[in-house]
Amino acid sequence: MIPIDLPTIWAFIIAFAVFVYVVMDGFDLGLGILFPLFPEKRDRDVIMNSVAPVWDGNETWLVLGGGGLMAAFPLAYAVLMPALYTPMIVMLLGLVFRGVAFEFRWRTTKERNRWDVAFFGGSLLATLAQGIALGAILQGVHVEGRQYAGGWWDWLTPFSILTGVSLVIGYSLLGATWLVMKTEGELRDRAYHLSWVLLLSMLGAIGAVSIATPFLHVQYTQRWFAWPNILLTAPVPVAVAAITVFLLRSLANKYDYQPFFLTLALFALSYAGLGISMYPYIVPQSITIWQAAAPENSQIFMLFGVAVLIPLILGYTAWAYWVFRGKVKPESGYH
Amino acid sequence: MFEGWDAVVLARAQFAFTMSFHIIFPAFSIGLASYLAVLEALWLWTGREVYINLFNYWLKIFAVAFGMGVVSGIVMSYQFGTNWSAFSDKVGPVIGPLMAYEVLTAFFLEAGFLGVMLFGLKRVGPKLHFLATLMVAIGTLISAFWILSANSWMQTPAGHAVNADGQFIAADWLKVIFNPSFPYRLVHMVLAAYLTTALVVGAVGAYHLLRDRHLAGPRVMFSMAMWMATLVAPLQIIAGDQHGLNTLEHQPVKIMAMEGHFHSHKDGAPLILFGLPNQAAGRVDYAIEVPKLGSLILKHSPDAPMAGLDTVPRENWPPVAITFWSFRIMVGMGLLMLALGLFSLLMRVRGALYDSRLLHMFAVAMGPAGFVAVLAGWITTEVGRQPFTVYGLLRTVDSASPLAAPAVASSLIAFVIVYFIVFTAGMVYLFRLMAAPPHPGEQGPSSEAPTRTAGITPAAGAVAEGAAR
Repeated sequence: MIPIDLPTIWAFIIAFAVFVYVVMDGFDLGLGILFPLFPEKRDRDVIMNSVAPVWDGNETWLVLGGGGLMAAFPLAYAVLMPALYTPMIVMLLGLVFRGVAFEFRWRTTKERNRWDVAFFGGSLLATLAQGIALGAILQGVHVEGRQYAGGWWDWLTPFSILTGVSLVIGYSLLGATWLVMKTEGELRDRAYHLSWVLLLSMLGAIGAVSIATPFLHVQYTQRWFAWPNILLTAPVPVAVAAITVFLLRSLANKYDYQPFFLTLALFALSYAGLGISMYPYIVPQSITIWQAAAPENSQIFMLFGVAVLIPLILGYTAWAYWVFRGKVKPESGYH
Repeated sequence: MFEGWDAVVLARAQFAFTMSFHIIFPAFSIGLASYLAVLEALWLWTGREVYINLFNYWLKIFAVAFGMGVVSGIVMSYQFGTNWSAFSDKVGPVIGPLMAYEVLTAFFLEAGFLGVMLFGLKRVGPKLHFLATLMVAIGTLISAFWILSANSWMQTPAGHAVNADGQFIAADWLKVIFNPSFPYRLVHMVLAAYLTTALVVGAVGAYHLLRDRHLAGPRVMFSMAMWMATLVAPLQIIAGDQHGLNTLEHQPVKIMAMEGHFHSHKDGAPLILFGLPNQAAGRVDYAIEVPKLGSLILKHSPDAPMAGLDTVPRENWPPVAITFWSFRIMVGMGLLMLALGLFSLLMRVRGALYDSRLLHMFAVAMGPAGFVAVLAGWITTEVGRQPFTVYGLLRTVDSASPLAAPAVASSLIAFVIVYFIVFTAGMVYLFRLMAAPPHPGEQGPSSEAPTRTAGITPAAGAVAEGAAR
């Protein structure tokens, strides 16, 4: 079973930070990906305004994920970043375009279209790169000693492309259900329509990744299907099926607030599935969380901060969401 | 392509390029966040409309600058891993936690309250909104605290040990955080950020006063900015001197490079004002120097002996010419700031602060001086500690990722292209915002177009604002 020691606690903290990033920036990036489907300026203003006050906080979880990995598992950070070199650079550049578009598009009328394209392109590139990076980690990287020893295109495989496309679909679904929750009228109706299409695509993507993963390594197969593991792993697909039923029902009955949170649940289950596949490796098949762990006193020093500050952060982040709660109205438009 | 290139040199170029772009924005937003907090406090306290107009005016500029700082900062946090993985593995256990604390105590605080600060005044009311502004301002300062602690530890490592895997580990966290150069660097940088912002605010105020010296907003901001220059420029020179003495104690080789001291001097080193450092020959060509002044400044005694680079193995020399010149540029800017502060004080005493065109033109010209000084200062301290990443302990060549040159060259080119596109556009938008004077009924970022003041003509506005004074 899972022992309770510092590296395990830290593995859960990092996993938590990355998960919070995935779902919170996930809907921001999803909105960017869906942007071309809403060509009207009025709609685009509403879409932007629905996340303008919170996107920066959402993105900060990515910095915590990366910074926390360097601090708590420096060896994993040192091996994975060069292995994922190109996807990481592409992600960063995509996030540059996406991030500045939030401010720049309000500062110009003539060039607004250009920043709308940057918002879409940056969001799409960053998402693809994140999905590809995930696939590249799952398929494992070539390590010698304490260093990455592969080439700078090793990450590119059919499997990593599959995970890249899957994440684009997943973030789009998050974005669409966010719009269902935060908008009204015709815009919301179109978001409902998109959610149907994207949910079906997402289920296909989850299925495809689930089928492909056991073929990557025999260890993944054993983890999921060997007795008695299957007693613990079988509930995951069952829960996915149950959530899907609820999600379909909420879309059919137009419960504005449910689809988004049920999509979050779907992400949580998929994420748990990834965790089941990877544990206890932080670099699959090469480096475990214990091998990569920073010295005890580094992890303890940070644990104090995390224990006090993460609840505080969640508190004031929730407050910020509360301040900007409810449907975004085109005329009220902060921004 | 790029096969013959040195991957480490390319990685250094990439770090220098992305870092130089990044530092411009925090240097500005640290000061601007504090200025915004002061403006909002003055508005709440006095109720004068001019303060909320100025607040909203600078808030729009802050939003754009902050956004550029955020996106260029995320690049930095991942670059340690992509280009400097050996460094990350070895040094991560010590500086990783410092940066993690920066994220937890500063980045989240700034980002969490930024939305309310930018868009939430009407939703939460003035008092809670002021709290949000304060949190953002405090966040920028906490951020400076941690990142300068991490940088200072790399300059003057303390409180550490080395484990069996060759990693640095902390033996005493307090000694790591409050390492010998940290207090000096923190004070020097925070003052630099305040001065940089004051010079920009002063330049914008002066620019609008040159066109119309009766505008209330520009008068207030110009006066506030000139007070900062008058008071903080001398303080900064004292702080810089103290920082220099601290560097002499802990990183003497950096001082030798800054001063161009290739040779040791037994009875008093000269101050080389200008010259062309010749690293290969180990001398400064065409040097113009003042005898014994170097020892007087650095040792506070004209005859004190000073060692030169001839006492240091050549493989440990930093690039002297860059360190020497960037230091002189920084000092030159500092002296000009002092001159501006004193000149404005003189004009203020004479009651001509808002009337002296010469002063206003000087202030406009000094607008970018803070950025130049910040960049030159960072180049001095970062190039001056070469060839090490952790001073004296880990060499730069042993810090890089196991990457081939083509990978690093491609990403460098991508960063250069993207940054020039994005930040050129950002600069244009910033200049556009600054080119319009603050007007009555100024809206924050919440208004889409700058012309939401329907019903108030500029002339009527000027009268109204005049009455508000």
